Amino acid sequence: MFGFSRPQWIAFLVMVALIVVSPFVLYPVFLMRVLCAALFACAFNLMLGYVGLLSFGHAAFFGMGSYVTAWTMKFWHLDAFFAMALGGLTGAALGLVLGYLAIRRSGIYFAMITLALAQMVYFFCLEAPFTGGEDGIQQVPRGHLFGFIDLSNDMTMYWVVAAVFLGGFLMIHRIIHSPFGQVLKGIRENEPRATSLGYRTDDYKLIAFVLSCGLSGLAGGTKALVFGIATLTDVHYSTSGEVVLTTLLGGLGTVFGPAMGALIVMSMENYLAQAGAWVTVIQGGIFMLCVLAFRRGVIGEIANWRKLTL
Amino acid sequence: MIMIFGIPGPLLFGQLLLGLINGAFYAMLSLGLAVIFGMLNIINFAHGALFMMGAFVAWILLDALGIGYFPSLILAPLIVGAFGVVLERTIISRLYKLDHLYGLLLTFGLSLVIEGLFRNAYGSSGLPYRIPDILQGATNLGFMYMPNYRGWVVLAALVVCFSTWAIIEKTSLGATLRAATENAPLVQAFGVNVPRVVTLTYGAGVALAAFAGVLAAPIYSVNPNMGSNFINTVFAVVVIGGMGSILGSIVTGFGLGVIEGLTKVFYPQASATVVFLVMIIVLLARPRGLFGKAA
Repeated sequence: MFGFSRPQWIAFLVMVALIVVSPFVLYPVFLMRVLCAALFACAFNLMLGYVGLLSFGHAAFFGMGSYVTAWTMKFWHLDAFFAMALGGLTGAALGLVLGYLAIRRSGIYFAMITLALAQMVYFFCLEAPFTGGEDGIQQVPRGHLFGFIDLSNDMTMYWVVAAVFLGGFLMIHRIIHSPFGQVLKGIRENEPRATSLGYRTDDYKLIAFVLSCGLSGLAGGTKALVFGIATLTDVHYSTSGEVVLTTLLGGLGTVFGPAMGALIVMSMENYLAQAGAWVTVIQGGIFMLCVLAFRRGVIGEIANWRKLTL
Repeated sequence: MIMIFGIPGPLLFGQLLLGLINGAFYAMLSLGLAVIFGMLNIINFAHGALFMMGAFVAWILLDALGIGYFPSLILAPLIVGAFGVVLERTIISRLYKLDHLYGLLLTFGLSLVIEGLFRNAYGSSGLPYRIPDILQGATNLGFMYMPNYRGWVVLAALVVCFSTWAIIEKTSLGATLRAATENAPLVQAFGVNVPRVVTLTYGAGVALAAFAGVLAAPIYSVNPNMGSNFINTVFAVVVIGGMGSILGSIVTGFGLGVIEGLTKVFYPQASATVVFLVMIIVLLARPRGLFGKAA
């Protein structure tokens, strides 16, 4: 139904089982953080892993989604569903505008342009009154979902976040395995050829970019709802760097890699929190190690070892 | 007092000078990026971190060994350049056969490590670096007072930028370099040690960043974030100019600094974003950049 192969079904069921069991063992707030990061990384992977374009500005979409959800929850008292949906739509709309500019170049220039555009969004958020500047938007209420599900309970919130993640995950998987996704992979492998076959490659890239940004915005909005806060960190380029690391570490262009990467990176941040500034050094070191010796990532290595596609 | 477009002259010229100084750093950094990209085909994300390292090396030389500003202006680029040579030989050279993006990712990781280490060692509050005595004070230019140090920065940056241009475009060494950029195997067949040229190019590009860092030390306080504050804007400058031309990088760098300075006078709210707005206009009108070659 979603184009899963047999090993992928098994991996998917294992992942779902872990999502169901883990809140009874681990702290649900930490797990929600992992799931938001996982959705963000899956969305990012859609661009880098399947279209072959490295966006170094995905924090812009994640952060704007986070701001919009936080703002609409706090000041418009929207239903959580609409607030999160607006977060996603904001990401998609911003993705349409910035993507339209960025896809004019490819490769290394695409990375630099997205980085620069995201930096512009960052400066905008720093100055704009609605973001609360350095303070961010704090004390955002979680509110209710569909009017009757109270989200202030961590466990209830957890199931909602889990549903959002799984929904996004399946959507991405469906996109990748659709005819549209096949064209994307064709563009990644040989763009001139795809053009000569009559595909408007720019349109395909832009649609993929918008989808990726929309899901990033949804991830940001969900994160804002969970923690009740949206800050400049969400739009800062270090967040863009982190999602690249997450995806690379988990396995670029694999279905389950980004989720695995999110689990590793978030655990690292959580358990190394007392190490302070060393976290950056460790992250940077892992980044270099991944690029030099571990380019397939965790899931990619497993898949290669077992000769599977995961 | 002279008024220009309803703006007091000294204010306008003051901001123009500040713009020129920022532009000098944009020019030196984007020049280094362009030279490295031409030869190594990687975008050196660590450029900002190495710029910061140049400033710190100068500070440490003064603090620990009592070595002053002018010797540091030579020593710090040599030290950081040597560090760059080691980096290129041990790490970066492993990536040449891979997609360009891996070079970007590796140097991004590298910049996290370097900045993190300096943050651990020196904190992020910033350390003062004194302007050397000979460049203290200000000169009356008739229409404004120019702080001597700032004039010196613009002058030194111009000299360094144009020397780099002259070396690459006018000397036989530069000709070899350009030839190796075009077709490395052929140049190698003529008996040139291309890997060594590549290593030295990286070292030189990095030294240029460190030189800019030493120049920046007395203006901005020496702190671990000084590089990353600059580098994002420098990437926009590189996109605007295109990396095809050395002279283009210099002109674009200085030009954008001036535009930024003018924006501070007329519409200060947009001064942080104006470079990015220019980038958007250039992308719409001429995607390959002002001086870029057609893809």
